[in-house]
Amino acid sequence: MNDILRHKGWSWGFRSTVMLYFIVLIALPIIGVYTKSFSLGWNAFIESVSDPLAWKSIVLTLKLSLIATLINIVIGTMVAWVLNRYRFIGRTILNSLVDLPFALPTAVGGLMILLLLGPNSLVGNWAAALGIEIVFHEPAIVIAMVFVTFPFIIRAIQPILEELDKSEEEAAYLLGASKGLVFFKVIFPVILPGVLSGAMLAFSRALAEFGAVVLVAGNIPGKTLIASVYIFGEVESDNPQGAAAVSILLLTLSFLILWLVNRVQMRRNAK
Amino acid sequence: MRKLLIPLTYLVFLVLLIVPLIKIAFGAWEDGVDGLIHAITRPEAVHALMMTGLIVIVVTLLNTLFGVMLSIYLVRGTWLGSRLKQLLNSIVDLPFSVSPVIGGLMIVLILGPSTTIGAFFESIGFKIVYAFPGMVLATLFVTFPLMVREVMPVLQEIGTQQEEAASTLGAYGWTTFWKVTWPLIRWGVIYGVVLTIARSLGEFGAVLVVSGNVMNKTQTATTLVYQDVENFNVVSANGVALILVAFSVALLLVMEWSKKRKGVH
Repeated sequence: MNDILRHKGWSWGFRSTVMLYFIVLIALPIIGVYTKSFSLGWNAFIESVSDPLAWKSIVLTLKLSLIATLINIVIGTMVAWVLNRYRFIGRTILNSLVDLPFALPTAVGGLMILLLLGPNSLVGNWAAALGIEIVFHEPAIVIAMVFVTFPFIIRAIQPILEELDKSEEEAAYLLGASKGLVFFKVIFPVILPGVLSGAMLAFSRALAEFGAVVLVAGNIPGKTLIASVYIFGEVESDNPQGAAAVSILLLTLSFLILWLVNRVQMRRNAK
Repeated sequence: MRKLLIPLTYLVFLVLLIVPLIKIAFGAWEDGVDGLIHAITRPEAVHALMMTGLIVIVVTLLNTLFGVMLSIYLVRGTWLGSRLKQLLNSIVDLPFSVSPVIGGLMIVLILGPSTTIGAFFESIGFKIVYAFPGMVLATLFVTFPLMVREVMPVLQEIGTQQEEAASTLGAYGWTTFWKVTWPLIRWGVIYGVVLTIARSLGEFGAVLVVSGNVMNKTQTATTLVYQDVENFNVVSANGVALILVAFSVALLLVMEWSKKRKGVH
C-alpha cells in the first residue's frame, strides 16, 4: 500500500487537482464578471453604470456604509476597551456574544430587525408616533449594516489592547495626565492601525451586505435601493451585463480596500 | 468612567444582540405551539431545511479537504515559487470582499443555461445553475477562505522541525502527516469546519441568485425565510428562523470551545 502511495504520480495528481479547483472556483468567476461587463463594449458599460438608478444605488450604498462604519468605530472601540480592561459580571458571555452576527444567517438578522422595529411592533409604533420612519427607510439599512459588521472592529482591536505595554500609560499618569488625555494621546495612537483595518473590513462588508438589508430596506429604486439589491434586481430581470457592470464597480472598490488592509497589516507585522 | 462604560456596553449588547435574539425566540410562538409546529413541518419548510443540510454537508467536506491541502501547499510547498505563492495567497481572500450576490452572479454568468459550458452540461442532462450543483458551487465560493485562513497560521507557527525529524527517521509522507502534522493542526481545522458550517448554513445572497428560489426544489432555509417575509407570512418565517438561530447559537458555543482548545495547543 505504501509503495503505491509513494509513487510520484500521486503528488502530481493532488497538486494539479488542488490548483485546478482553486483556479476554477475562485479566479475564473472573477475574470468572468469583468469580461461580461465589457461584453457589449465600452459604451454599454458606461451606459449601465451611468443609469441614474444604478448610480443612485451606488452612492446610497457608499453613504450608508460609511455611516454604519463610523457608528461601529465608536461602539466597537468602546466595547473592545470595556471587555479588555474591566472585570465585571457577564464579561465572558458578552465576549462570546460578539461573534454572534458572524454565526447568524444574515437573512435572520434582517428578520430580527423587521420584527423589532417593523410595523405593529412596539418601537415601530413609538417611532411612527414621533414621525420617524425606521423600517423600509435609510435608518433600518444602517442598523442592518451595523449589526452585520459589529464584530470586525472589536476583534481587530482586542489583540492590540492585550499586548499593550502598560508602562507608557502609567508614565503618562505619573506625569499628571488625565484619563481622557491618556486615552487619546497614548492608547489611541497604538490601537489606531487596528481600528483602521477593522473599519475597512467592516466598510467592505457593509458595501457587500445583501441578506439583512433586502428584508428591511423596502428597496424603492432611487430611494432605499442599495447596490447589491440593485444587482439582484438586474439579474432577476435578465440583464446580466448591467448587473456585471455595477458589480465590477463594487468589486474593484472592495479589492482596493482588501489590498489596503493587507498593506496596513503587513506594515504592522514588519514593526 | 468605569461606571458609565460598563452599563453602556451592556446597553449596546442588549439593543443590538440580546433583545433581537429574544424576540426571534418568542415571536415564533405567537400562534401557539401548533403554529410553530405547522411553520416548521410544512412540506416546503422540511424540504428547505433538508436542502440546507445537504449543502452544508457537501460544502464542508469539500472545503475541508481542499482547504487543508491548499494550506499545506501554500505554506510548505517548495514546488511553488515564492512570488506565485504570494499571488495565490492574496487570491484566497478575494471571496471575503465579494458581495454574495455578485458571487452568485459570477456562477450564473459562467455556467448559466445561455453560456457554452452551461449549455453543454445541460445537453448531457446535468443542470448546474438553478439546481443543486450551482448552489453548492456558490456556497463553496463564499466559504472558501475560512478553512485556509484558519489552518495556514497554525502550519506557519508549528514550523517544520518535527515533520523533518519524522521523515529523517524514515516516515513516509502520509505517516508524517497523520502522526505529526495532523495532531498539531487538528484544532485549527475543527475551528475552520465550524466557521464553514456556520457560513454555509446562513448563506443567502449567492444561493438566492443561483437557485432561482423554486419552492420544494431549490429553496434553502434562508431563502424560505426571505420568501415568507415577502409574502407577509412573518410568523412562519420566524419558525424557520428559530431553527437557524438554534443552530447558530450552538455553533457559536462550539466555536468558543474550540477556540480555547486551539489556544491550549
